[in-house]
Amino acid sequence: MDLYHKDVVSITDFSKDDIEGILDMAEEMVPYARGEKIKRTLDGKILGNLFFEPSTRTKLSFESAAYRLGCDVIDVSEMSMTSMAKGETLADTIKIVDSYCDATVLRHPFEGAARLAAQFSDHPVINAGDGAGSHPTQTLLDLFTMRQAKGSLDGLNITLVGDLKYGRTVHSLAQALTKFGMNITLVAPESLRMPADIIDHLEAEGCHPVSTDSLEDAIAQADVLYVTRIQRERFPDPSEYQKVAGTYRIDNALLSKAKSDMIVMHPLPRVSEIAAEVDGTSHARYFEQAANGVPVRMALLNALLGGELR
Amino acid sequence: MKEEMAKEVRLTPIRNGTVIDHIACGQALNVLKILGINDQNIYSSISVGIHVGSSTLGGWKDIVKIEDIEIDHKDAERIALVAPDATISIVRDFSVAEKYSVKLGERVIGLARCSNPNCITNKGEPVLPEFRVVSKYPVQLRCCYCDRILTNVSDNLM
Repeated sequence: MDLYHKDVVSITDFSKDDIEGILDMAEEMVPYARGEKIKRTLDGKILGNLFFEPSTRTKLSFESAAYRLGCDVIDVSEMSMTSMAKGETLADTIKIVDSYCDATVLRHPFEGAARLAAQFSDHPVINAGDGAGSHPTQTLLDLFTMRQAKGSLDGLNITLVGDLKYGRTVHSLAQALTKFGMNITLVAPESLRMPADIIDHLEAEGCHPVSTDSLEDAIAQADVLYVTRIQRERFPDPSEYQKVAGTYRIDNALLSKAKSDMIVMHPLPRVSEIAAEVDGTSHARYFEQAANGVPVRMALLNALLGGELR
Repeated sequence: MKEEMAKEVRLTPIRNGTVIDHIACGQALNVLKILGINDQNIYSSISVGIHVGSSTLGGWKDIVKIEDIEIDHKDAERIALVAPDATISIVRDFSVAEKYSVKLGERVIGLARCSNPNCITNKGEPVLPEFRVVSKYPVQLRCCYCDRILTNVSDNLM
């Protein structure tokens, strides 16, 4: 697999072999991500980090990944700080930023923004979340975390719970899971079910997810419980948010019904969907998951920008 | 036979031009819209039959006759978006010189808007909406930008 100068817009652009190749490279990056080894494979390169929506983990882990490889970072964290506030199109903004750096990471509130940016950019564009669309690098680090915990991704039982309608992480993840023959159970309140076009995509790939609104029923068989926050900011009507906020809560009582080696993941931030008491259990993997953002994004940047690790 | 003739004369036969037949009921004006035809850019007659008896389309159909203009296969591809069963007859001197069914291509560019209001193509960017054809019958398009499936094409014509 040659990722040099490729765009990373959707996980569906990648084959199973591509994904496994990135995860293997990420494995090699772990000691560099921790600072135990140092190699500046991207010395002299510049990464443009454009975050037009709030982000902590994605933005900082991209920055950390870049700095660990010797790559400099220029960034924008608010749309109001750019010419877009004056009415400039994203296309124009991207053309300009592209001329200042070697790759662009983009988080944007509108779906399809990364695809558009890739069209107007000569250098690679990495989608760091486009509205309720997709978040492919989150998917890569999710898969990396699962593989770390379970040894292999093939045939695992995974339960996705929470906001499956607006949650871009679960859209990308579900599409990737089909490549590994995983058995998917979807747990969401009626109004936050997985969009029909994603379900159609899964079915077309030979995956037949089971949908339920009962987490208790789903948890016993799960190898991985992937929890998402019900996102207040994606609801056009606040009263609709109030109806479903707090629907699911993972606590130790619930986890007593799970397999002993079942892992709990969450793209974070969490609000109240995972009780703090879970943090100390062997099930909790969400902090390792967030940390894995660095080696995975290092692997990706290194491959896109042509860094030589050895 | 007599009944067929009686139906036919409801719209006057044309000497030269195009007959677009077997249009799904209610889509005739969308066919004109998708062809970009309006009173500012055409100088010949157009006859439109709406809710005309049909033996093949569940009882009723629409039909459009455009005088002195022969549409091409590219236009026919557009028509397939809103009328996948339509047939095109090119008429020369009152005779059908050419007849074929409309057929949708693999991509649709700049003809319909994405139905997702949050899609970047609906936000004033300098790009035309672009779709991959997922299904030709019924017509289903996937937005090349946001991946949303568009099924109600006629409600989203540009």
